[in-house]
Amino acid sequence: MTYREKTGFFALTIFLAVFPWIAGMSRSFGHYIDVMIFAGIFCLVTLGLSLLMGFAGQISLAQAAFFGIGAYGSGILTGHFHWNPWAALLTSAVTAAAVAWIVGVPALRLKGHYLAMATLGFGVIVHIVMNEEVDWTGGPSGLGGIPGMSLAGRKISGDAAWFYLIWAFVLAVFLFSRHVLHSRIGRALRAIHDDEKAAEAMGVPVSTLKVQVFVYSAVLASVAGSLYAHYVSFLSPGSFDLMWSVRFVLMVVVGGMQSLWGALVGTVLLTFIGNEWLQVFADFEILVYGGILLVMALFVPQGLVVWLDALVRSKARPVSTPSDGGS
Amino acid sequence: MADIFHGAAWLQYALGGLTIGAIYALVALGYNIIYNVTEIINFAQGEFVMLGGLFGVFYYQTCGLPLGAAVLCAVATVGLTGLLLERYVIRRARHATVLSMIIVTIAFSILLKGGAMLAWGKDPYRLPAFSRAGAFLWQGVAVQPQALWVLGISAVVVGVLTVFFRTSFYGKAMLACADNADAARLVGIPVRTMVLLSFGLSAAVGAVAGVAICPITLMEYDRGALLGLKGFGAAVLGGLGQFYGALVAGIVLGLAESLCAGYVSSGYKDAVALVLLMLALFFKPEGLFGSKEAAGLKRF
Repeated sequence: MTYREKTGFFALTIFLAVFPWIAGMSRSFGHYIDVMIFAGIFCLVTLGLSLLMGFAGQISLAQAAFFGIGAYGSGILTGHFHWNPWAALLTSAVTAAAVAWIVGVPALRLKGHYLAMATLGFGVIVHIVMNEEVDWTGGPSGLGGIPGMSLAGRKISGDAAWFYLIWAFVLAVFLFSRHVLHSRIGRALRAIHDDEKAAEAMGVPVSTLKVQVFVYSAVLASVAGSLYAHYVSFLSPGSFDLMWSVRFVLMVVVGGMQSLWGALVGTVLLTFIGNEWLQVFADFEILVYGGILLVMALFVPQGLVVWLDALVRSKARPVSTPSDGGS
Repeated sequence: MADIFHGAAWLQYALGGLTIGAIYALVALGYNIIYNVTEIINFAQGEFVMLGGLFGVFYYQTCGLPLGAAVLCAVATVGLTGLLLERYVIRRARHATVLSMIIVTIAFSILLKGGAMLAWGKDPYRLPAFSRAGAFLWQGVAVQPQALWVLGISAVVVGVLTVFFRTSFYGKAMLACADNADAARLVGIPVRTMVLLSFGLSAAVGAVAGVAICPITLMEYDRGALLGLKGFGAAVLGGLGQFYGALVAGIVLGLAESLCAGYVSSGYKDAVALVLLMLALFFKPEGLFGSKEAAGLKRF
């Protein structure tokens, strides 16, 4: 890690460690911890998605479906069959991986962005199944009575415990993804991003890598879904529809898809916007999301994190000579 | 032998499938027009269909225009929306990656959907059928005259577009832009104008589908995404860029969906077209009527 990144990561960890304590001090901010739990769950989804979008250069409109596979998988296995929640989480993740592989291999072998449409279609199919298989999923009226989780023999109860569990997952995934990006695989992905043909000519297995990243993003979404199921203990198909897939894409685009920090920032920002500040708009919400997505894609395609970073740097060093471009 | 046909349930289902299939074909044409000129896949295509239906209702009920005029105004308004999309959104993102282009059209589709929800609310709306005649019996099957309108309109649109792109000056110029924009510019084709026209034309064709189906299935603000996706299924199945292919594939999808609703499960009818779309993407991405070589050259 660079010095800047180390400092950033250290600051983030400290911030997360004291957050429940600070939020608990004030009555009006007390529920922010709940918002941050959701933000953490969504971060797991968007960390995977940002690898897929920013580094493999592909877009998936099925992340809400994989999120749903994890959530309903865990909900059904623990609710109907009384499995251990961790076993259910693993089983759901393996299922999501298998499904992503089946969808991804043919779609990614094609040129260009067939994956976008294939995942869009797949996402809608999964949503229809959730609504129709009433015996298993409860259909439109939802699936309730999902038990909580316990870790090392202790039941996870209370917002603070959930907060630490979820964000521990996020930090672990962040570090792992970062590690992957700085490994041989990461360099290969960056080569694909710069020039697919050149990468292929150099012997990078382009479609294999893309499929692997897609499967990785699906597994993360599924794990996030499992945690979500146990945290809220009630699922309805509305949380896993196309609009949610678009929201995940939006989170990544707002933060910036070429940096893992972007995924974190965008997700936390949009979860707060969605859960807190947009409540006044109610039905207008969808317009605001569309507007933000359009403005970001047109005018700030690199995302907030990279944009602000460049802004700060240009302010700090107003005179730049061409010769220091490489440093 | 005539008894097999007379009043059979399957004939009734097939008629419904044919009608909705013709609509999918029109949506597919919208994708094909833009694809033929720019090789962009416009994710907002379904929203044009939704807007067509709702603007038809607006001009007919709110403004009190006669039905024919309302239909024309609706098609013109949505066509204008398509022009605006190209002029103020797509053109700005011209040099962006395919990924950003997809994101931009998705964003625009959400804006259209949200705008429609604000303007019309969440209720479904109905237009009256284009002709006053009531449903009649044919071979013991109830036929709505509006279904015949839908089929006729689709056939006419496919025919006109094919002639337009194959023989007319403007049509050929538009195709040249997709082949090689730089070469087209060199021989004096105003590429930007052609791209602008393609978006307007595509949106107008989508709107035609929307107003034509509105008397049968009604229209509401959130129908766009699914209609667009099924239409894309028809476009891929027929071979991206192929007009007759889109017509045949649209009708195949419509029939499959309608027969599934009748004999298997009505809840899963929406999944049928999507499963076929995915099978087509996976096993025959060049479509039923496209050639493999041509598909290899496409830059989508």
